Amino acid sequence: MTTAVETLRDTPFSIGGRTFQSRLMVGTGKYRDNETMVRAIEASGAEIVTVAVRRVDLDRTKEAGILHHLDPRKYFLLANTAGCYTAQDAVRYARLAREAGFNEFVKLEVIGDQETLLPDVQGLLDAARTLVREGFKVLAYTNEDLVTALRLEEAGCAAVMPLASPIGSGLGLLNPYGVRTIKRRLKVPVVVDAGVGTASDACVTMEQGVDGILMNTALAAARDPVAMALAMRLAVEAGRSAYLAGRMPRREVAVPSSPLEGMLD
Amino acid sequence: MSDTIDVMINGERRTVAAGVTLLELLASLELDPRVVVVEHNRAIVRRPRLPGVTVAEGDSIELVHFVGGG
Repeated sequence: MTTAVETLRDTPFSIGGRTFQSRLMVGTGKYRDNETMVRAIEASGAEIVTVAVRRVDLDRTKEAGILHHLDPRKYFLLANTAGCYTAQDAVRYARLAREAGFNEFVKLEVIGDQETLLPDVQGLLDAARTLVREGFKVLAYTNEDLVTALRLEEAGCAAVMPLASPIGSGLGLLNPYGVRTIKRRLKVPVVVDAGVGTASDACVTMEQGVDGILMNTALAAARDPVAMALAMRLAVEAGRSAYLAGRMPRREVAVPSSPLEGMLD
Repeated sequence: MSDTIDVMINGERRTVAAGVTLLELLASLELDPRVVVVEHNRAIVRRPRLPGVTVAEGDSIELVHFVGGG
């Protein structure tokens, strides 16, 4: 007897006209050293790698910057506007990032609360509209609110990035329904950004059908970031495959897996 | 006319030579213009224009680059 194994056919993962193989995107912050960061990024298989824009330290100008460790021909560098609390600041950072960088993509963050780092959705929408007008491909970090996500799509964002849980919290996917609903309703890619803590979180997140995940602290703060990066790569692939495969229905009662017939008297 | 001027660079008061251009300023700070973006009085100055812009007393200059982030 022969068994035909049909490979799951996935659609390409495209954002703003660029197509990527990996659905896992990773940050570059908080690693204990650059060597660990580089090895973790390699193990993750990620192609999109985020960076932040900050002042040069004038007393340490001889130190090699992050670009020394990340080959822009190998990785797609996605600048963020992390740390910005107003639309005006976020736009300023995005313009600087475009000048420093290699593309017109920006991960837009406008933060509204210091403790939770939850987004200021009004500022986010204002900044998104300005940046889209200026030709940016905006990937908007937002909460898991459907209406905000719809407005961001209307504003012309290239992708919408609802959180799994607050940035750096590692609490995992707190609102699967919210994220699933955003994915169901939007036409642009939905990439979950922030909150994933371990591989099972990544897997469950991908099982909601979202297009990808962006994570940073889950790798950087793991005891072994390189091993966790590999775990996350596998978890994202597993979650995606499970989503495409379509899970069995949930039941409140047991259904035997073995035949009821043929039992001994 | 004084030989030096005071400017703000990344929020710090610095004394630089009068008549210095932005490109010369980067060189004096040992910064590679290929990896640093210059904002001069809130306006971005693109790399090709750096040799043509002269710094004046009281100017505010921001020098930024990419760092690790999520």
